Amino acid sequence: MAWEHTARAGAHPAGMRRPRGGQWAVAARGLVKTFGDHRAVNGLDLYVRPGTVCGLLGPNGAGKTTTIRLLTTLLRPDAGSAQIFGYDVVKEAAAVRRLIAVTGQYATVDESLTAAENLTIFARLLGLDRAEARRRTAQLLEEFGLAEAAHRPLKHFSGGMRRRLDLAAGLIVPPPVIFLDEPTTGLDPRTRRQVWDTIRRLVQEGTTVVLTTQYLEEADALADRIAVIDHGRVVAQGTPAELKASVGRATLRVRLQDPRQVETARRVLEAVLDVRVPAAAPVPQEAGEVTAPLADAGRLLDVLAALRQAGVDLTGITVQEPTLDEVFFALTGRGVNETPAEEPAAQPAGRRPAAVAQPSGGESV
Amino acid sequence: MNSTALSQTLSQTLTMAYRCLLKVRRTPEQLFDVVFQPVVFTLMFTYIFGGAIAGSVHDYLPIIVPGILIQTLVGASVAAGVQLRDDMDKGVFDRFRTMPIARIAPLAGVLLADTVRYGIAAVLTFAMGFLMGYRPQGGIAGMALAALFAVGCTWAMSWIFAFFGVVARDAASVQGFSMMVLFPLMFLSNVFVPVETMPRWLQWFAGVNPVSHMVTAVRQLVNHGTVGADFVWSLLGAAAVVAVMAPVTVRAYMRRA
Repeated sequence: MAWEHTARAGAHPAGMRRPRGGQWAVAARGLVKTFGDHRAVNGLDLYVRPGTVCGLLGPNGAGKTTTIRLLTTLLRPDAGSAQIFGYDVVKEAAAVRRLIAVTGQYATVDESLTAAENLTIFARLLGLDRAEARRRTAQLLEEFGLAEAAHRPLKHFSGGMRRRLDLAAGLIVPPPVIFLDEPTTGLDPRTRRQVWDTIRRLVQEGTTVVLTTQYLEEADALADRIAVIDHGRVVAQGTPAELKASVGRATLRVRLQDPRQVETARRVLEAVLDVRVPAAAPVPQEAGEVTAPLADAGRLLDVLAALRQAGVDLTGITVQEPTLDEVFFALTGRGVNETPAEEPAAQPAGRRPAAVAQPSGGESV
Repeated sequence: MNSTALSQTLSQTLTMAYRCLLKVRRTPEQLFDVVFQPVVFTLMFTYIFGGAIAGSVHDYLPIIVPGILIQTLVGASVAAGVQLRDDMDKGVFDRFRTMPIARIAPLAGVLLADTVRYGIAAVLTFAMGFLMGYRPQGGIAGMALAALFAVGCTWAMSWIFAFFGVVARDAASVQGFSMMVLFPLMFLSNVFVPVETMPRWLQWFAGVNPVSHMVTAVRQLVNHGTVGADFVWSLLGAAAVVAVMAPVTVRAYMRRA
């Protein structure tokens, strides 16, 4: 296994510190970080259980990266506090650094050196001796598919190779908690899968992972719990399933043989499901399609029977679970990749009602 | 700090210095100043000023070679600040800051690696002087000791520029500000000329100028093989600079985090 070095590496003097007792791998309370007039992080609370993946999901500028930088001792919070396995990120920063590794949004490796030199230097800094450092470097390069490029300067590396090297550098001595800031942004799908596999394997080995992402798909695929961040605070958190459930219902979509029967079908659906079926649905739909919220999947048969009775023939029918996209839209009022509109700097605290953690399904969808 | 922590800090600093030297190997242009200056300046100044100041080129060598040595080294130490600023703006410094390593290691590593550059400059300056007929009384031993002394003092001074590097906005402003400090120190001194011909107020400044003390110490060591008061004062000054600037710089550096 790739991480069998852990025990040995842990024995060296600069090795990772044992987690202190306590149930949270990461605990942040009321974190605030202000840049000038801009409150990048604005009263953020976050709790992450050991051995789980926490996804910080949010649009550009939501405060994800600042949060990571606060939790990894790169920035000091203006207010609030945070602990990693019980160690305070401000007062016990040195101890925290023994528990964490960080992979930044931009490559945190040395551009003018080769991949092997980078890893060897990080390994030596972590206290591995020359032979160990060389061995671990070779191992990681092999594992991350960089062995062939080991002695080329990073200048000639692709974005994916750089990202993989970055990740490898964080795993020289596998830490109890690893922070990944947008680990797959800008990667092609194949490389993204590889990174995902690496993250999953880390979690299997017991590592706690905190990752930020703009990709709902990624949060859905990797995270045990997701914290949706907007305007520097957590506006909702839960498992992907819980978050989806919070938006409520699945969507029923029927495709008609005869597009002229749309009106009839709409009325049937309204009657059977006891909901309002708008003529213009919020979700894009093609001609000859009708969509309706489906709270109770058990009513599906009734719908089909009623449609048959009304003489409406179907060519297709789908039931769609809510996607995280819809969750995100419901929570923040905009798509995940839309940049938030430029807002007046000091944002009134009460702008978002405190209860947003329980989004009302009908808010905006 | 116990002894384990100290030895760890030392080994981390050495690793960081090794990293800087690797970078120098990749971009040899970084050695331009320490190669070009000793060779060209020694040639140029000796033949331009030699006759006018010392009566002959040969008689000027004992004055100018130690002067060029200190001038080149102190000038090269500005690069420490520029380099550090440049380095800190890169992503890799974020990794260093989140690693369980001594806070001072990345800084000290850059400064330590620079002593190699200073060493190159010292060797080239004396070699150039030798080629031009400089045969000082202090001999090889005097030159070696003088080179060590100059490298040590320069290393101490580089902490000042490292501080500028840490607090400045960008590499260009480090360069600009450092040059502003450096120019008066360099020229209002005894590097090129004996101070006796200067107006009194300038003599006073040249007298207290640390560059003058370093140059005098090197001249005594190399030309006469003696260790004088200037040698001691320079080392004391260097120690004081490190004692003050190292903690200040490290604190400023950590605050930038």
